[in-house]
Amino acid sequence: MADLSTWETLPVAGAVRPGVAPRTLTGGWRTGERPAVDVSLCVNCLLCWLYCPDSAVTLSGETFTGFDLDYCKGCGICADVCPVAAIAMVPE
Amino acid sequence: MSDVRLLTGGEAVAHAMRQVDPDVVPVYPITPQTPIIQTFAKLVADGQASTEIVNVESEHSAMSAAIGAALAGGRTMSATSSQGLALMAEVVYIAASMRAPIVMALGNRALSGPINIHCDHSDSMLIRDSGVVQLFAENAQEAYDLMVMAPRIAEDPRVLLPVLVCLDGFTITHSAEPVSLLPDDDVTRFVGPYSVPNAVLDTTSPTTQGPFAMPDYYFELRRQQAAALETALDVLEEVALDFERLSGRRNGALEAYRLEDATRALVALGSTAGTIKDVVDELRDEHELAGLLRLVSFRTFPTAAVAAALDECTHVAVLDRADSPGGTPPLHAELAAALYGSDVELTGHVYGLGGRDLHPSDVRAVFTGTPTPYLGLRGERCLV
Amino acid sequence: MSRLKTIVRNQRGVQPLRGGHSLCQGCGIPMVARTVLSTIRQPVVVVNATGCLEVATTRFPSTAWNVPWLHVAFENAAAVASGVESAQRALRRRHALPAGQEVAVVVFAGDGGTYDIGLQALSGARERGHRFLFVCYDNEAYMNTGVQRSSATPFGASTTTSPAGLESFGKAQRRKDMTAIAIAHHVPYVAQAASTHWHDLSVKVERAVAADGPAFLNVLTDCPVGWGHEPQLSRRVIDAAVETCFWPLYEVVDSRYRLSYRPQHAPVEEWLGSQQRFAHLFRPGSEGLVRQIQDQVDAEWDALLARCDDAPA
Repeated sequence: MADLSTWETLPVAGAVRPGVAPRTLTGGWRTGERPAVDVSLCVNCLLCWLYCPDSAVTLSGETFTGFDLDYCKGCGICADVCPVAAIAMVPE
Repeated sequence: MSDVRLLTGGEAVAHAMRQVDPDVVPVYPITPQTPIIQTFAKLVADGQASTEIVNVESEHSAMSAAIGAALAGGRTMSATSSQGLALMAEVVYIAASMRAPIVMALGNRALSGPINIHCDHSDSMLIRDSGVVQLFAENAQEAYDLMVMAPRIAEDPRVLLPVLVCLDGFTITHSAEPVSLLPDDDVTRFVGPYSVPNAVLDTTSPTTQGPFAMPDYYFELRRQQAAALETALDVLEEVALDFERLSGRRNGALEAYRLEDATRALVALGSTAGTIKDVVDELRDEHELAGLLRLVSFRTFPTAAVAAALDECTHVAVLDRADSPGGTPPLHAELAAALYGSDVELTGHVYGLGGRDLHPSDVRAVFTGTPTPYLGLRGERCLV
Repeated sequence: MSRLKTIVRNQRGVQPLRGGHSLCQGCGIPMVARTVLSTIRQPVVVVNATGCLEVATTRFPSTAWNVPWLHVAFENAAAVASGVESAQRALRRRHALPAGQEVAVVVFAGDGGTYDIGLQALSGARERGHRFLFVCYDNEAYMNTGVQRSSATPFGASTTTSPAGLESFGKAQRRKDMTAIAIAHHVPYVAQAASTHWHDLSVKVERAVAADGPAFLNVLTDCPVGWGHEPQLSRRVIDAAVETCFWPLYEVVDSRYRLSYRPQHAPVEEWLGSQQRFAHLFRPGSEGLVRQIQDQVDAEWDALLARCDDAPA
């Protein structure tokens, strides 16, 4: 990745490409709870994926695979909207 | 193959736009720019250009739409004056920081209040720190020339900044002169195709433009922008050289009129230079060593070239067609910085606000009489 | 194929808005943005007004956007979008764009950038007929700057510039009917939707993008911080807005009104009681205010029903 510290090396007009832009790991925002899933109950409705404000539900194709704890902020919405109560917020 | 027509400055600008044939022109009416957009609209309506004209609902939206269009990948032009420029001022700064190569004609007009539709340079001065290039025409021919040159300067990859072509309201915009137009094909070839590094409509290579920057990056992004404005001066000279080959007319950063051996010089922007040149000629006939330094490029300010041009002078008087109440008038301040350390006697004079004419007798008084801070003003003249 | 699976499939493995942004825990906005962008099949350009979504997703040198994205200022998103759309039209006309699908231009703006400071540009763009989708994520206040009232803030809501206090019951003015203002511009498609009613929202996005002209979506979006509720309860809070008829879901297609959903018409207390910003309305002596709000909601609901040609039973 380019050295971004000097004005000469910054992208013109601060225009950023997503492929090279650094990302902040917002998983650090959680305050003690994280989502956990009982996969045997999961019906792959994908509602948790759609509702997640941090795009932190991971899929493989169209199949639920889990949570991206690098970005999950622990809001608990996934647990609330899961129609089969497969997700619960548990202590980290 | 000369095509010389009797055109007002506004019409001349409109014909330059016709020949450049930009993709998008977002525009809102305001006196004295209206002849530009009216003439251009008629040319488009008659199929002489195929520009997408967007009749926006305010000047703020005109510059906003211009940024959208320019960064989307379309060559974009506009025109405004005075209050319109003031209203869009916020967006002008942003256009410069987003490096949108928009070309805009500015029919210089006084800022309110009182509301006044006539010429002075206060509108240009309002946005002098915005980071845009500002070029001042002396007459209709030059307004046309600069308008043709402007896209090449704005779109140069080393610049990528908005360029304002400034022409005095009414004095140039509404006064007819013989204007020599280049052949259409010459202009098409001269400006070339349009491109920007991160065209927003290129969805295969997405970019995020117009970021939020904290104290850790804002300063560097701003410096980068200022560097582009410094480079713009060199680019102007390159483009001026190319244009001179094409037209036989030279439109560089400044014009030195009978300045080589002058001891007393005036410095000015815009159409008043015409009056000053007449007085210089009279004085020269009387064996006075008088001269004029006319600035074309106000931003970027050609500091080194100005200092060099005035090197041999003993007295320099700067004429400002804008005031800076509570401080030093803009051009005067620039000259003071450029001449710092020299032993030139520098005086500054404000004139022509709100369209007040400057008479040859006023100019002569500056050269030979007792200079006063305000020229052509009724009432107490000697203000400290 | 379920709509949700289609939405996933449309992404082609790339989230238009990814994690790593600094929107609040439980923020309602990303769901709106992701539902909108993933419903649209064409390539998309996003124009974002200043506000929560813009600031939190694009702190230089990061970005959370995988689509072309443009931010200029607060009040001019509709004007910027007009420029982008005009450029596309001009370039297509001049055969200067690669052959392929037309790029859809989508504006995201909060209620501040739509109802207040953004109103002029939006109105101008609608009158000129530019073809882009304007999505207002309406969380009923200037949230990014600290929960100040906007003209979208409901009557009786407490905000930091219309705070409830010993001498005040919160905002004393009724909220503006922005959807009606959009309708007044004779545009082909206008709709009211809600963030968590994603299926309805997605259907409306499809119709909006297919419309031959400007389209406007007003999407009620919750703000856990500004509204004062647990982030986890977002869906229940939005449901309350819909079920109490506080926020009807409907669309107007070529001036014909169509109700999207007939709610239970639950008492407005269910909506008011779900958030701290209305808590003061439950003080003893404030019953009159709640009744006033109920009357307002009922009157607007009846008026809407009367305008609807089509309504589910």
